[in-house]
Amino acid sequence: MSSADHPADLSKDLLAEAYRVMRTTREFEDRLHAEFAGGAIPGAVHLYAGQEAIAAGVFAHLGPDDYVASTHRGHGHAIAKGCDVTGMMLEIYGRAGGLCGGKGGSMHIADFDVGMLGANGVAAGGVPMICGVGLSAKVRGTRQVGVAVVGDGGANQGAFAESLNLAAVWQLPCVFVVEDNGYAQSTSSRYHLHGIDVARRAEGFGMPGVVVDGTDFFAVYAAAGEAIGRARSGGGPSLLECKAVRYYGHMEGFDRQAYRRPDEVAELRATHDCLDLFVARVTADELLSPADLAAIDEQAAATVDAAVATAQAAADPDPADLLTGVYQSY
Amino acid sequence: MARTITYLLAIREALDQEMSRDPTVVVFGEDNIGGTGCDGKLGNAWGPTQGLFEKFPKQVFDTPITEAAFVGAAVGAAASGLRPVADLLFIDFLGVCFDQILNQAAKLRYMSGGKAKVPMVVRAMWGVGLRRGAQHSQALYPLLTHIPGLKVAIPSNPYDAKGLMIQAIRDDDPVMFFEHKMLYFSQGDVPEEPYTVPFGTAALVRSGRDCTVVAVGRMVHVAQQAATALAGEGIECEVLDPRTASPLDQESIYRSVRKTGRLVVVDEAPPRCGLASDIAALVAQDCFESLRAPVAMVTGPHAPTPFSPVLEDLCVPGPDRVADAVRDRVGVKQPA
Repeated sequence: MSSADHPADLSKDLLAEAYRVMRTTREFEDRLHAEFAGGAIPGAVHLYAGQEAIAAGVFAHLGPDDYVASTHRGHGHAIAKGCDVTGMMLEIYGRAGGLCGGKGGSMHIADFDVGMLGANGVAAGGVPMICGVGLSAKVRGTRQVGVAVVGDGGANQGAFAESLNLAAVWQLPCVFVVEDNGYAQSTSSRYHLHGIDVARRAEGFGMPGVVVDGTDFFAVYAAAGEAIGRARSGGGPSLLECKAVRYYGHMEGFDRQAYRRPDEVAELRATHDCLDLFVARVTADELLSPADLAAIDEQAAATVDAAVATAQAAADPDPADLLTGVYQSY
Repeated sequence: MARTITYLLAIREALDQEMSRDPTVVVFGEDNIGGTGCDGKLGNAWGPTQGLFEKFPKQVFDTPITEAAFVGAAVGAAASGLRPVADLLFIDFLGVCFDQILNQAAKLRYMSGGKAKVPMVVRAMWGVGLRRGAQHSQALYPLLTHIPGLKVAIPSNPYDAKGLMIQAIRDDDPVMFFEHKMLYFSQGDVPEEPYTVPFGTAALVRSGRDCTVVAVGRMVHVAQQAATALAGEGIECEVLDPRTASPLDQESIYRSVRKTGRLVVVDEAPPRCGLASDIAALVAQDCFESLRAPVAMVTGPHAPTPFSPVLEDLCVPGPDRVADAVRDRVGVKQPA
């Protein structure tokens, strides 16, 4: 997918919003990395830094009533789907007022009000749900679309293959996005995918499958637009594989990334940074001005600063909430 | 007006009436239409959905043999505006879709801080007796009762089958619905009009002063047979059918045990960490002062279900075993 053909189609507002999503996510993740190292955050945190162009490029085509099922590495998806950043930070800190009342945490962050069905603690755990979203849209006669995101590791789960088949059999308005960031935890995707692109599996299920450079917002945006447009207009499901880069370890804390070359991340940051590539492109094409970008940078930093300050000052959840929300009625 | 129909037809009638009432109620599973390529005229493996596709062509779907995908699809459909009823066929197939039930359906609402609503039903056949061997004969409700976020219904007769199914479909939480395969053709009085049987309310099947017998599913009928035999000996059993394992009507069980002072729990499932041991433990904990004899469990063995009819029948608690357990509680020897 060449990205060179499309930039003129993109409005300044859309590009500014995409950049806001990407920059806010980067600020959010870099800050979490630091805060986690300082001991402020409990539990397991998986950072999305490096992959921001995928969430921004895919979800730019979605409205608030479209649905997303995310992965364990879900902060970027949540921000791109419109989740409140302060609510997210409160949730990740496990505090009162968090997006899920402190009951989900980083790995289950969700906001059904904006169509974010949740990060997921199980690889490919959320993928079958997107078939249900697609069925729901079909039965209710809406034009809603469901997007399932899975990592390269999750792409090997049976539930993922089963979902591709069911979506094809039922011709559902679904898009399956694979984020191949090179590693399933610490196992190289070159090894566990046997050197074969996941997108090639699409053919076996009778749906289109493409590979795009997941560090190139414009390429992701164009390919996702085609897939989501097809789904929305009744053309059935698609598979979109985005080759991505992961800046941090599988999870914060103990992953020293001994399985990567010592200079691997530094090289990726220098040559494949999706934000740098985006800035270079919009600047060269005069789509956004340096002042526009600087204003968004400032806003993103301020948003994340405020979110962290709010989270640090927030109260713990009320012990009385322990048993609420298990059932609607019991 | 009530008339006599089978357990199977009672379930079909519940699905029919609920799909008719609410277009967001959808039904899917393997062979639920009965062969999509055959225009719904052929196939249909078991019956509760037979004929429904012709009546509700936009609400009944066939699925590939792909339990993880279609049970997960039920979760997503429920979270986005439908009331799906997914047919697992045999509860034993829980193994291939357990993540979707255990980690997704059961936990979405809690993990999202109470925002998600997951009004779905998973139907499944269960139980010993059809010579289907170890992978088609289990009673896995203990596994599911254990999981907070799920509800578990186990109807023992046609009236409850219809009322519990309608309740399950209208319920806003995920419900696991256990249909005993040996009860499908049992008969009972069932009102034609829609009605619900509320969850967490035990049925008092028979009143008696001497011993409480709690039984579920097919074992309710075994307990009744035992109670009838014992009545001839002057021993009066009180038979309770919890109808749902989650929520469990503990109060009705406790009330009965406080009256009789004795408890026998009958369950065809294996004994360890089961519904029988759960009820026995609850009563031992909360009604110890009322007990005049140790609690007894009459269950299937801690073994997979064998195929051979002779061996399989040994797994099923019968009226004699239940009656013996009751006689033992009341301190009476079996009549010679």
